[in-house]
Amino acid sequence: MHFVVCIKQVPDTTEVRIDPKTNTLMREGVASIINPFDVYAIEEGIRLRERVGGKVTVITMGPPQAEAALREAISMGADEAILVSDRAFAGSDTWATSYTLSMAIRKIGDASVIICGKQASDGDTAQVGPGIATHLDLPQITYVRRIDEIDDKRIVAERLLEDGHEVIESSVPCLLTVVKEINEPRLPSLRGKMAAKKAQITSWKAADLGADPARLGLNGSPTKVVKIFTPPPRGGGQMLAGEPEQVTARLVEVLKETVVGAAS
Amino acid sequence: MTQEPIKVIDDKCVGCRLCVKACPFGAITVGESRVAVIDLTKCTLCGACVEACKFDAIEMAPKAAAALPDAFSDYKDVWVFAEQSEGRIQSVTYELLGEGRKLADSLKMKLCAVLLGSNTKPLSDELIRRGADKVYVADRPELEYFQDEPYAAVLTDMVRRHKPNIVLCGATTIGRSLISRVAVATNAGLTADCTGLAIDPETGNLLQTRPAFGGNIMATIITPNNRPQMATVRHKVMKESESDAARTGEVLAQTVAEALLKTRTRRLKMVPEQGATVSIAEANIIVSGGRGMQKPENFAVLAELAGVLGGAVGASRAAVDSDWIPYSHQVGQTGKTVCPKIYIACGISGQIQHLAGMSSSDVIVAINRDADAPIFKVATYGIVGDALKIVPMLTSAFRKALGK
Ligand SMILES: Cc1cc2nc3c(=O)[nH]c(=O)nc-3n(C[C@H](O)[C@H](O)[C@H](O)COP(=O)(O)OP(=O)(O)OC[C@H]3O[C@@H](n4cnc5c(N)ncnc54)[C@H](O)[C@@H]3O)c2cc1C
Ligand SMILES: Nc1ncnc2c1ncn2[C@@H]1O[C@H](COP(=O)(O)O)[C@@H](O)[C@H]1O
Repeated sequence: MHFVVCIKQVPDTTEVRIDPKTNTLMREGVASIINPFDVYAIEEGIRLRERVGGKVTVITMGPPQAEAALREAISMGADEAILVSDRAFAGSDTWATSYTLSMAIRKIGDASVIICGKQASDGDTAQVGPGIATHLDLPQITYVRRIDEIDDKRIVAERLLEDGHEVIESSVPCLLTVVKEINEPRLPSLRGKMAAKKAQITSWKAADLGADPARLGLNGSPTKVVKIFTPPPRGGGQMLAGEPEQVTARLVEVLKETVVGAAS
Repeated sequence: MTQEPIKVIDDKCVGCRLCVKACPFGAITVGESRVAVIDLTKCTLCGACVEACKFDAIEMAPKAAAALPDAFSDYKDVWVFAEQSEGRIQSVTYELLGEGRKLADSLKMKLCAVLLGSNTKPLSDELIRRGADKVYVADRPELEYFQDEPYAAVLTDMVRRHKPNIVLCGATTIGRSLISRVAVATNAGLTADCTGLAIDPETGNLLQTRPAFGGNIMATIITPNNRPQMATVRHKVMKESESDAARTGEVLAQTVAEALLKTRTRRLKMVPEQGATVSIAEANIIVSGGRGMQKPENFAVLAELAGVLGGAVGASRAAVDSDWIPYSHQVGQTGKTVCPKIYIACGISGQIQHLAGMSSSDVIVAINRDADAPIFKVATYGIVGDALKIVPMLTSAFRKALGK
């Protein structure tokens, strides 16, 4: 079976800081990482290959430097990597991103299971996975926390819900998005690291995809960002000092009304 | 070669780097040539640099005309997807109706709910009491519970036929799985996880404000050239509409073509989570514990306080990774984003990935032994002390105060 994993390179949010003077994100020197959820997606792709055989292809749409994310995926054990990169993709929202990735997956041709992370840590939308499935007219199972059964015709997986989980069967091919609970990602092996260094990364531009230019990048994106700002800081926190009895009494006093209101 | 969406006019640029500072995405550099260079792969065309430039040296392709194209006049009304589970409307739906009412009124349009399910009569009545002028209903046994493909196909079909101007949906597991498919199928713009919605009085566009980068920045997003405008909305941010038994409205039963009900997935089983009475996504109050709770048994202490307050128990990743509590309780970047009225953080240091999931809570209480813990920076009320001691005291104090 052919497992295609979509990964995104994102800034490492532990390091993102706001410049207090200009109120903007300070990106200088901020490391790029693989979107945390996508690491689970890569791991699950590799585990499925180990279970039923086949190969794992990782794919990313992004600037040339996103190649680093692909090499990291290869060091974990992915077999092949595709970088989809072109200036024409600049300004893509989730509509255009999922269209572009779907065209690339079409070009790959024989994907059995497409695996995405639940969401990307920069945009937090969780829209690209279902978007790809729709462009490709495929069934989907989102928020997967476990894959119970798989063969080349069907897959049974557990979807995590707010208040429990459901067990869903889908025909193959299909698209999954995965949550953190699904596995424990492995660290790259030494052999993996060597392979990553040498690996040939396939590179596709807009023209290679046979995509409709009107649906790419800014032109293909219905949504436009009109303003960026930093949220107002949480004003005036208060430290409650004193003996535990006093502090708890004070807390009850200030919170009681809200607690009663919340219950009604 | 197509025209660049944004460009620097080399003759005007003096290399002052104001734009470099203004760019929230680090997309601009000034190199040896001493003119600004915009990296289009990073640029989101937000326009911050255009505003910052004192020399009119950055030009952006003109934004869509201020007046809406004529074709948009076909697109009417504000729709709310009514999420239901086990014959019960989810509370986020009422929040959407509360917010949708304001939008509909300022557009002088109707507020409509869209309900998919089976035996829906009591639900559609309640949606009207909660403020819907019209309820579009697709009532079929096959739609009893959420299934991605038929739900998306039926909603897509309704959107195509009735042409709503705005479609709102809860930013829930179901909501996000569903509306992402519908938006792609109908060429609609979709903005995720909004915390603020308003109508631009000049253009009639929906101004959708949402946190990004784990809440470090906010972005306002519009869909100027496409209709409908779709958004998912974060739970617990908007105020629920009140139920008013005197309200009247129209229930419009929709015929559903057989072909729309086809599905390639099948639900084999539904397993509600054991033990947890309230999910953290829906809770108004969350009592959350981290590594500072020290052992799994101490989560029972938190559950007791949560029980008295009528809330749910949350956790940091450190607590989840130690197997003290299931992953479904994890708050933060790789867990859930929550926005309760009160969030009580016990023995949680407040690393940025945790804050990403809870910093928009109304009131944050932090209990931590370490006075320098970063959680105190976002706390409304901070207590430096031993959570293992303070939480039980808080439980009995609340029990008394609430007469429980
Ligand atoms: C990619 C990525 C994603 C992540 N996603 C998440 C996420 O979704 N959610 C999340 O929470 N974290 C996430 N993390 C982890 C995050 O960085 C922190 O490691 C984690 O939040 C720490 O949990 P903690 O506060 O419980 O533990 P610690 O940081 O160990 O803090 C424990 C705190 O308890 C205090 N304490 C100890 N004993 C007591 C006592 N008796 N009474 C009172 N206070 C006491 C200590 O002073 C300390 O401040 C992520 C990390 C990465 C790299
Ligand atoms: N540019 C991209 N390249 C490859 N995969 C992506 C890209 N953007 C998003 N994805 C995939 O879609 C998932 C959800 O992303 P998002 O909808 O942006 O939150 C991610 O976890 C990735 O698996």
